[in-house]
Amino acid sequence: MAKPASNLKKHGLELFNWFDKRLPISDFWEAHLAGYYAPKNFNFWYFFGSLAMLILVMQIVTGIFLTMHYKPSAEEAFASVEYIMRDVQWGWLIRYMHTTGASLFFVVIYLHMFRGLMYGSYRKPRELVWIFGMLIYVLLMAEAFLGYILPWGQMSYWGAQVIVSLFGAIPKFGGILTEWIRGDFFIADATLNRFFALHVIAVPLMLLMLVVLHLSALHQVGSNNPDGIEIKDKKDADGIPLDGIPFHPYYTVKDIFGVGVFLFIFAFIIFFSPELGGLFLEHDNFVPADPMVTPIHIKPVWYFTPYYAILRAIPDKLAGVMVMFSAIVMLFLLPWLDRSPVKSIRYKGWINKTLMIMFAVAFIRLGMLGMAEGTIAETYESRFWTFIYFAFFGLLWFFSKYEKTKPVPERVTK
Amino acid sequence: MMSSIKIKIKSKIVFAAVLLLLSVSVLAAGGGKFKQVNINVHDKSALQRGAVLFVNNCLSCHSAAYMRYNRLGEDLGLSEDQVRETFLPANAKIGDTMTVSMTADEATAWFGNKAPDLSVVGRSKGANWLNAYLTSFYQDENGEWNNTVFPDLVMPHVFWEQQGVQKAIFKDEEDAHGYTHKVFSHFETVSEGSQSAEEYQSTIHDLVTYLIYMGEPARIQRESMGIWVLLFLAMFTLVAYMLKVEYWKDIH
Repeated sequence: MAKPASNLKKHGLELFNWFDKRLPISDFWEAHLAGYYAPKNFNFWYFFGSLAMLILVMQIVTGIFLTMHYKPSAEEAFASVEYIMRDVQWGWLIRYMHTTGASLFFVVIYLHMFRGLMYGSYRKPRELVWIFGMLIYVLLMAEAFLGYILPWGQMSYWGAQVIVSLFGAIPKFGGILTEWIRGDFFIADATLNRFFALHVIAVPLMLLMLVVLHLSALHQVGSNNPDGIEIKDKKDADGIPLDGIPFHPYYTVKDIFGVGVFLFIFAFIIFFSPELGGLFLEHDNFVPADPMVTPIHIKPVWYFTPYYAILRAIPDKLAGVMVMFSAIVMLFLLPWLDRSPVKSIRYKGWINKTLMIMFAVAFIRLGMLGMAEGTIAETYESRFWTFIYFAFFGLLWFFSKYEKTKPVPERVTK
Repeated sequence: MMSSIKIKIKSKIVFAAVLLLLSVSVLAAGGGKFKQVNINVHDKSALQRGAVLFVNNCLSCHSAAYMRYNRLGEDLGLSEDQVRETFLPANAKIGDTMTVSMTADEATAWFGNKAPDLSVVGRSKGANWLNAYLTSFYQDENGEWNNTVFPDLVMPHVFWEQQGVQKAIFKDEEDAHGYTHKVFSHFETVSEGSQSAEEYQSTIHDLVTYLIYMGEPARIQRESMGIWVLLFLAMFTLVAYMLKVEYWKDIH
């Protein structure tokens, strides 16, 4: 009885070899999975890279199925979304996966970025990993904004109106530029149609390319770790890092566990609270877009609100737009602003630790203020936290160099 | 060592989950401007009563252009014949959506505006608002219908025979800048309706239950299915965790 099985194995191996001679299958497997050595001390914060990858794939797959039923026209868009929600088999599930996935993508990316911030993962030699990551983040914001217009509800319409009009703040060319972006004098069918094109093909293609670059750069220099020390500095006789373990199987099985926890939260939201109280799906977006009726309270989805708060905090429109964009530009500069002799927050002094906490608090608080109605008191508070947000980068530049650090261990801890 | 890391990770996950649930419950409470109503879309008899109220009272002016009659039957546990007898207008087919025969031009000519489609009103307004709105109609000094939740509206009080007529009592209130405003205080009954206050509240509750259901018919499915999905994922995560521990024995 054993014979047919071994025959099968033999033929299977032959078939694999035929392909492997012509395509670098085992080379790729070896370079990026079984032979890619990652530090053995990854903690909780290291789940979010693989989770971001999972969500990206999920967004693409659910997006493809939504595209099969969605109609990108001002006349039909809102109705086609309701058609998906009611008449398409499992349409509601696919759409909720897509809308919940969009929000959780940002949750995961923000935690992933904060990890990089804490452990100095942007520091030399990982500057490019960080830059590619930041470009992914910026494109992800573009992708989310473009996608948000598609249901053609009131918030889709007026949110797009507000964001596109930001380009109008540019002197001289502002008017012409916004017209060019919209393809009309106001947000209209032409805008919806082109945003659809950008959302389903242009931006996702760029995102995928950048993810390849992000991972290629990472695997070229190797992963950082919570101690912020280079595992490649200590190798055994075979040239394998002493504190490194093969990504597969160790981190693949660990990440599957992370995926399980993530999917549990993901499913909880989808099945029991897909609107998440108006945070993931805004109530006003269940009213069809109406150019004649401006909603009283226009606000972006939660993941944009920190920047929205910064924008509203500045009294001048052009200045506000510039400050808002520089809030993102500053993040690109982190690899060169941080001049500390150590990478990880674990070995930095209390000043640098306090700065990081202040920065995180400022970002979260600005996010909450961006959701609020924008009273005078809230505007003043937004100004305060905007100041803290920017102060972080200047103070980091100074104190990262001059504050005394703790001794860094030779080998990773735990 | 190992167990302390485990506990650390676990406590962080629990912390994240608690944060999430807290934010959900805070947001779901929705500011508390209106009285909280609890809606159970799995209550089939409330849904059936609400559907009858909706079709008899709302559907002559308001459409529900995304809601199909046969879907209504399936979700509310009614046969096609029952749907035909109770809900279906003449000439309509069982797979049709709930449209109105009035055109937009006619509506504009008669009422000044087309009555909004109510398919997803349950999602844009929410149960608390709808309940408050439908119980807050009153007759003003000129004998015209008005509403404290939606002032100066066009729509008359459709359920006045059931609720009766009430008038709104306003009081003057001074704001921080010294200006006085008329602020709604309470309602006074002018004439009794065919239903008591409790009966009317229950009628509106049925209607709101139906409107919430109609905003998202899939809600009935997703909530009952969700339990099983979560159970599966809990099992999956447990097995994944045990697998991880097994592999990582080599490392620790």
